[in-house]
Amino acid sequence: MRNTFAEAVYQAAKSDPRIYVVVADISPAGAISEFSKQWPHRFINTGVAEQNMISISAGLAMRGMRPFAYTIATFSLYRPFEMVRNDVCYQELPVTIVGMGTGVVYSTLGSTHHAQEDIAVAGAIPNMRIIAPCDPAEVTHAVEYCAKQTDGPVYLRLGKAGEPVVSDDAVDPWEFGKIRYLRKGSDVCVITHGSIVSRALELVDYLNAQGKSVSVISAHTLKPFDSEGIARALASHDQAIVIEEHAPQGGLASLTKQAAWDGGVTCDLRTFTLKDEFIHCYGSHQDILAAHGLSLQALIDGVS
Amino acid sequence: MQSDRNDLHNSFDIASAKLRCADLRRRVLDLSQRVSALHIGGAFSCTEIVDCIYHGLMRDPDKPETGDTFLISKGHSAIIQYVILEKLGIMQSEHLDGYCTPDGLLGVHPDIGNPGIAASTGALGHGLGLSVGMALADKHENNDRKVFVLLSDGELQEGSTWEAALFAPSKGLCNLIMFVDANDMQGLDRPSEAMPNFYPIGAKFESFGWEAVEVDGHDSDAIFEAVTSRKGDRPFVLVGHTIKGKGVSFMEHVAMWHYRSPSPEEYEQALIEISESLK
Repeated sequence: MRNTFAEAVYQAAKSDPRIYVVVADISPAGAISEFSKQWPHRFINTGVAEQNMISISAGLAMRGMRPFAYTIATFSLYRPFEMVRNDVCYQELPVTIVGMGTGVVYSTLGSTHHAQEDIAVAGAIPNMRIIAPCDPAEVTHAVEYCAKQTDGPVYLRLGKAGEPVVSDDAVDPWEFGKIRYLRKGSDVCVITHGSIVSRALELVDYLNAQGKSVSVISAHTLKPFDSEGIARALASHDQAIVIEEHAPQGGLASLTKQAAWDGGVTCDLRTFTLKDEFIHCYGSHQDILAAHGLSLQALIDGVS
Repeated sequence: MQSDRNDLHNSFDIASAKLRCADLRRRVLDLSQRVSALHIGGAFSCTEIVDCIYHGLMRDPDKPETGDTFLISKGHSAIIQYVILEKLGIMQSEHLDGYCTPDGLLGVHPDIGNPGIAASTGALGHGLGLSVGMALADKHENNDRKVFVLLSDGELQEGSTWEAALFAPSKGLCNLIMFVDANDMQGLDRPSEAMPNFYPIGAKFESFGWEAVEVDGHDSDAIFEAVTSRKGDRPFVLVGHTIKGKGVSFMEHVAMWHYRSPSPEEYEQALIEISESLK
């Protein structure tokens, strides 16, 4: 996702001189390096100063620019929270705050580097929009959307690197604010966002082998949330399964429950999220997901 | 020396500034009688500074798309900006009449989108970073706009202020002009007593690559002279040493006047003192 993000921003910047990349001491990945060479004045490194990264981005936007403020998610959102809230959201400025390496992907780095409640945090702020692409192809769509924004911020929630493309044969086109069926079935509906889609698809393979017809939904826009689309999905399947790499509160799981209540839908709904815990466990990304109860076996056990 | 001294700024007249600042303080006092409390102490400490910015230093403050920009980072003192904007015709008296009322536009802190207001401030430690972003865009656009920003001395205790202070000279933002309303009084203590290593202020900025001067922040002439004779090859900061509540004897240096409206008797007394100061 990181390299696709870089390439998409580079492509958008070719035709739009208002696009800036503002980073806080993070190495320019992929095409961002090319971006910084080609438009050095539009690539700004504030150093290890994330509050300044967000305030400067807001100041640039106040002069009509379209900045992408980019660093590791915990540092682009948590560290400068009041700048995100007051400078960007309150003033309704077109700044894209890019959170890279969300969830527990920085597995061995520990909880200081895990953005496991970022959707809840960003989603609590008025005017904020949240996009969590499930694969590199969705990253490109999301960046194209962000680059054209005129009047408000977006929190763009990215994985890290190496995610496979899973949306090539998607049923629906990508549309901001709408859930997207990647596959359409009739028995079970798996709803997810972000890079944990690959774990969700492993579960789907298992369910298919059990003879189930399974829908897969990329709920890439967490705010504004497509509550009606979700309610319709819940109503039209026997079972719905939410899988997300985020805390149980304030993310897709709780938004889906809320949509079910608001839409008057009753269904068999199972949600699988990170735990509401700082986990003191160090290992691979898969190890940390397993420690949070998101191993494939845990999902299989939980849906049966 | 900056070329801006040669155009509109020759018109900055010190005698007029003194009269204007008395008017501004009277207008704030009038408004104080309509609300239960307002930030009068900090408004009176920066009156001469903000007056000089608008009447002596800014180009086209009435043209938000092309003119110079002023941000009041110590947003709680926005009342002084409001009354200046009213004097300039950028805000109307109706706007001021609706101050802090449900049908009005204006609250205690400035709100982006209101006439003449460039940024929503109020939480301290935001204005310098915003100003740096604006000045950076202006520099890259090769326009001649300047960004003026006013901070409180207490606001210099925010780490974010120093993030921006370190960054601005590195980018050669000579279009950024900052003012510090150093009234040496904040919520709990006088920084000069509680935090002596806070001083000297100007030298700290100089060590970060700024051009810095320290003047009497109630001396309009000194403020104007210092800014217009700056070298202009780097960001500039004027530390104005001021008196919280300046102009009204019983408010000066008294902490409770940070956020308070005078009683009717105090109001009358304050008006008398301000008039007498002009004699």
